[in-house]
Amino acid sequence: MKRYTWKTFILEGGMLFAGLIFVIPFYILVNLSIKDPREQSSSLVPASSPEFDNYTDAWTKAELGHAMLTSIIITSISVILIVLISVTAAYPLARMGTKLTNRTYWLFLCGLLIPFQLGLIPMYQTMRDLNLLGSIWSLIIVYVGLQMPFSIFLYCGFIRVLPREYEEAAWVDGASHFLTFWKVVFPLLRPITSTVLILNVIFIWNDFLSPLLYLSGTSNLTIPLTLFNFVGQWVSDWPLVFAGLVISTIPILALFFSLQKSVMNGFAGGVKG
Amino acid sequence: MDTWLLGQDQLPMAPIREKAIGLRKRRSLSFGGLIYFVVPALFFYLFVVIVPSIRGSVYAFTDWDGLAQNFKFVGFSNFVGAFNSKQSHHAIVVTLIIAVAVTVLQNFVGLLLALGVNSRIKSRNFLRVLFFTPVVMSPVVVAYVWQFLLSPNGPINSIFSFLSAGNLRPSWLGDPNLALASIIIVIIWQFAGFSMVIFLAGLQRIPDEVLEAAQVDGATPFRIFRYITFPLLAPALTINLMLSMIGGLKVFDQAWVLTGGGPSGKTDTVSTIIFRNAFQYGEFGSSIALALILTVAIALISIIQYRPLLKREFKS
Repeated sequence: MKRYTWKTFILEGGMLFAGLIFVIPFYILVNLSIKDPREQSSSLVPASSPEFDNYTDAWTKAELGHAMLTSIIITSISVILIVLISVTAAYPLARMGTKLTNRTYWLFLCGLLIPFQLGLIPMYQTMRDLNLLGSIWSLIIVYVGLQMPFSIFLYCGFIRVLPREYEEAAWVDGASHFLTFWKVVFPLLRPITSTVLILNVIFIWNDFLSPLLYLSGTSNLTIPLTLFNFVGQWVSDWPLVFAGLVISTIPILALFFSLQKSVMNGFAGGVKG
Repeated sequence: MDTWLLGQDQLPMAPIREKAIGLRKRRSLSFGGLIYFVVPALFFYLFVVIVPSIRGSVYAFTDWDGLAQNFKFVGFSNFVGAFNSKQSHHAIVVTLIIAVAVTVLQNFVGLLLALGVNSRIKSRNFLRVLFFTPVVMSPVVVAYVWQFLLSPNGPINSIFSFLSAGNLRPSWLGDPNLALASIIIVIIWQFAGFSMVIFLAGLQRIPDEVLEAAQVDGATPFRIFRYITFPLLAPALTINLMLSMIGGLKVFDQAWVLTGGGPSGKTDTVSTIIFRNAFQYGEFGSSIALALILTVAIALISIIQYRPLLKREFKS
């Protein structure tokens, strides 16, 4: 079981082959993005003289800098609000155990079953009536509301198994609810906070439908929406398009590669609650 | 040292210590005032999820056009319309095909990958990261990469035509059936790694002793998998099945970017139809009826999945 036998060796070969097939799209993505657009060779053939003109072109033509800034602002404001609001709600919901809090918790859990498509159109109408269409705040409000059930669910599951002794100690020493929570409980929640952060950052950064709905036609375009418009315009110029795709993927890949284990555990553990 | 640890009224002196003990009785941990902590979350949740969803469910039974302030109830005619309209009917069928195909294939591939990288192979950590990478990428980016890969003169066709001496150049995104298959392939490529990590977490929770005992008893690898590994993976499998099924039912990005619902609406899914009808044609009633059908389908699947969890929660 623990030894590296010839069977393991065959398996290794098979898995590496699967990996090779899997990696082809990445290879073509990068290879084409560094190719001179005039080079006629197949996209499978390595670029003869790699160049980065496509990148500078894509960066300026698609206004990727602006899009990245918009995406960063929307994502960071949203996830900070999501964490603060969901953790403060989850704490009493997990600790109080009264009829009221239990029912409230159930009300939040219902949100896990409702697909956002159902409320999509009425929400759009409300945003229109509030004159928030095109504003990044419409998106932030929507994300905070949409992500409450899942984030509260994760936090509650974690807080329930957290020993109460620390809180009791702080409380006996005279700390207020707020201080007990902020200085004692919240730091203890760090592992689940990182899960909540990672899952929400990835979801919001990559989300396409909500920005398409709320930000289309304005100057506040997020990365996926910018790419969508950009490709619509330059669809025949694949090297340029691919350079844009690579640039826009770098931030999220950098996050993933620097936190591989936490991201993968976050996904695996997050969905199980 | 944080100052709050020593509240002003209980300096650490002997007489006051007694007071502190008395205080302890009076001040046993209670969470009474904390209920207000829930208010902001409840506000956003009601505003963004509950109220619009209830309004949506009501609108599904009206002739509301998205603009007019007054509307009248029309019973189930939106639903009848949704089922009778060829376009919606087709979208429902397409969505079901995608959901079922993705559920089966993504989990099959994910399970094989998980078993592979859960072995002693040297490249296991590298391969785990590699297979998971597409999961964190934007579906829009992934769909564009594949749009090029699958284009008539793209790399996939050059491989095909090389292998068939130029005879085979399928029109991946132009032929309705192939376009549907392409959407499914792209979703699987992107999310097989997601199923993999969930299976992997399940596999790692199986104690080595159990597997070793079976091996010592002379069980073949297949029988070990069939009678030990697979049954113990049941929780991971249920989660995976539910998530991929729900993801398949909701699919929007891949269809919208890869084919735009084309050729001629043949790969429209329920979500793309909702979006197109509501925001491009202003047919809100039928869109919302479709959304409600989708909701019921998803809620049913989720309830089946959450049942054990719900039971456990009710007991506590």
